[in-house]
Amino acid sequence: MAAVANPVEQFLRSERIPHIWCPGCGIGTTVNAFARAVIDSGLDPLKVVVVSGIGCSGRVAGYVSFDSFHTTHGRAIPFATGLKLANPELTVVVYSGDGDLSAIGGNHLIHSARRNLDIKVICVNNLVYAMTGGQSAPTTPETANTSTSPYGSFEPDLNLPKLLDAAGASYVARWTTYHVKQMERAMLELLRKKGFGFLEVVSQCPTLYQRRNGMGDGLESVKFYKEHSKVKNDACLDDLAMDKIGEIICGRFVDRDRPEYGQTMREFYQNKLGAKYRAPEFQDGVLV
Amino acid sequence: MAKGAVHITVDRCKGCAICVEFCPTHVLALSTAFNGKGYHPPHVVNAEKCSGCDLCGMYCPDFAIYGFKLGKQGVAQ
Amino acid sequence: MKAAPHGVLTGVHFINGDAACCEGAIAAGARFAAGYPITPSTEIVERYAARAPQVGGTFIQMEDELAASITLQGAVWAGARAFTVTSGPGFSLMMEHICYAAMTETPCVFVDVQRAGPSTGLPTLPAQGDMMQAKWGSHGDYPIIALCPNSPQECFDLTIQAFNLAEKYRNPVMFMMDECVGHMTEKVVIPEADEIDITPRRRSPDAQLFQPGEDLVPPMQHAGEGHGIHVTGLTHNERGYPDLTIASQDKLVRRLHDKIALAAEEIADWDEEDIEGADVAVISYGITSRVAQRAIVMAREKGLRVGRMRLITVWPFPERRVREIAQKVRTIVVPELNLGQIALEVERLAAGNARVISVTHAGGGVHRPEQILQAIEEGAR
Repeated sequence: MAAVANPVEQFLRSERIPHIWCPGCGIGTTVNAFARAVIDSGLDPLKVVVVSGIGCSGRVAGYVSFDSFHTTHGRAIPFATGLKLANPELTVVVYSGDGDLSAIGGNHLIHSARRNLDIKVICVNNLVYAMTGGQSAPTTPETANTSTSPYGSFEPDLNLPKLLDAAGASYVARWTTYHVKQMERAMLELLRKKGFGFLEVVSQCPTLYQRRNGMGDGLESVKFYKEHSKVKNDACLDDLAMDKIGEIICGRFVDRDRPEYGQTMREFYQNKLGAKYRAPEFQDGVLV
Repeated sequence: MAKGAVHITVDRCKGCAICVEFCPTHVLALSTAFNGKGYHPPHVVNAEKCSGCDLCGMYCPDFAIYGFKLGKQGVAQ
Repeated sequence: MKAAPHGVLTGVHFINGDAACCEGAIAAGARFAAGYPITPSTEIVERYAARAPQVGGTFIQMEDELAASITLQGAVWAGARAFTVTSGPGFSLMMEHICYAAMTETPCVFVDVQRAGPSTGLPTLPAQGDMMQAKWGSHGDYPIIALCPNSPQECFDLTIQAFNLAEKYRNPVMFMMDECVGHMTEKVVIPEADEIDITPRRRSPDAQLFQPGEDLVPPMQHAGEGHGIHVTGLTHNERGYPDLTIASQDKLVRRLHDKIALAAEEIADWDEEDIEGADVAVISYGITSRVAQRAIVMAREKGLRVGRMRLITVWPFPERRVREIAQKVRTIVVPELNLGQIALEVERLAAGNARVISVTHAGGGVHRPEQILQAIEEGAR
């Protein structure tokens, strides 16, 4: 066979594959789209950094060959904040799950979007806490059965795109693991967008969500997403909450230009302080 | 002659069959054979139909398959 | 190497301990701080927020202490020397990231200006109730270094030392101030930049990120340098990859512990006076050492033979010297603004060779010298 390779391979820590994700899990699918988006972007991969929190999706950092950080539960965004502010040349991608980013890390999600710091958040939303055994998450659709809502959930779920829009994100989109081409396109847009970007990928957890809710395996889940999703870029954000069996509205919901935090900060101080301002400077890789 | 081909890393496969289902030209089927982990990996059943679109590669959660285009002489492009 | 001149405010200043700590951090090369407001530590980051844009630094006020305590670690991995600053309740929130820094060997400094707890306690009056928390507050076995200044001058000098130790051992360092020292205004002499020694970051383009040198400390690489580094709080191998086996856990956790244990003698710092020939030794630290000094003078006026040891590093504990002192004196008096934390450590090391009297205080103020004097008198009997 000729000299071609799987496009994702160059961005994998191949010695660590096979990964720990279950058969039919959607997380690996999102990594395929991410790898292709990085290629499409023309970014120097050596300047792309992936930061994850804790959970199944949090393991992405351990499988990609970019400089990568597997941080603490919910705190990928603040860690990424330090990385990006200390070295603005880095393209900082936060790759984590719905529980990590929107529950324990929800405060950081809101405030990072508010600041509009230039980090790119990929939220793999599998609707439950998967790593710990399928407990309810803020994103669990009302009525869904989980290991901590054994009679069905009665809590309303969190509408992530609406939250991110309200908080001020520059870019907000949602796709499912069925929409691999659109996902790749959205990741490319995310990488190119200056400011805080948020991509929600609705993904299956066949082991703990779909099976428990009688929705079949990984394949059945992707078919479900095909049948139940609707692309609506101009959707009213109020309509984006998900229920267990209803429509999943996908698309690019927010794409706007707001002043980016790091650049704004540096320009602000330069203007305020004039000659007294001193720009950050590296010597031998260390800020001096 | 086929416009494309797929490459399968059998030992990475976990047998989810997503590639089989979403191949637009129905090139693949799950094999009856087992791989080293005990899963049924896909194999090519309609090689001539492969367009090399790499949709299988985009879906595969296990980085176990990808598609690529072939040129006139049947070499990868 | 020497301090960068643009970060050193050379001269004689009349400033408080919080301000001196901030200047020490800047002199030490701290070019990143993340904070969250809490009294009595806030003045440190308030000053840093004003100074940062003038010295090539960055300050960000985060949404909570959990964020602040890991934002700084992101900055370290991008190439900054970085710190955060807090007080009791905030210190409690930061605990998870102290052991993350220890596990990932991220050099950084946590400043805790102690106030009276538990919980919200007595905001914002002094205490020394976080001394054990500094060592044991996070989960698992991890090594820690903690310093304890007793004057604004030491807030400057020892903050530099804190950064130097963090870099030398690739370890988080706790800077354990207290409200009195933080808010006390005194003369602080800041020397010329070329008189300030700075420990450079341990760097190697070749070594693996967690491959230790002879002193068990591995060199560092940063994000964006092309090494494809991986950092995780999971048990990991020398490449940094998760390696979830009992053998790997044993190897890593013991190395982390041993790298500080091996250097404990070198790190341990204290000052002492008149231990030889003393009947009673007073071991204290922070603001309490200054109250104890008054009590010692009073005791000597009464003809008692009293020596003193003031702890500058609290962790690792100066075990050898405390053992020796316990063999030289009849009694060790340990006053502190808590219900007896360091006293436990002293008691352990005295191992029955000397009587240990813990002079406790629940916090909110300082001891009266007479309380300590009374313990000295009792110990001399």
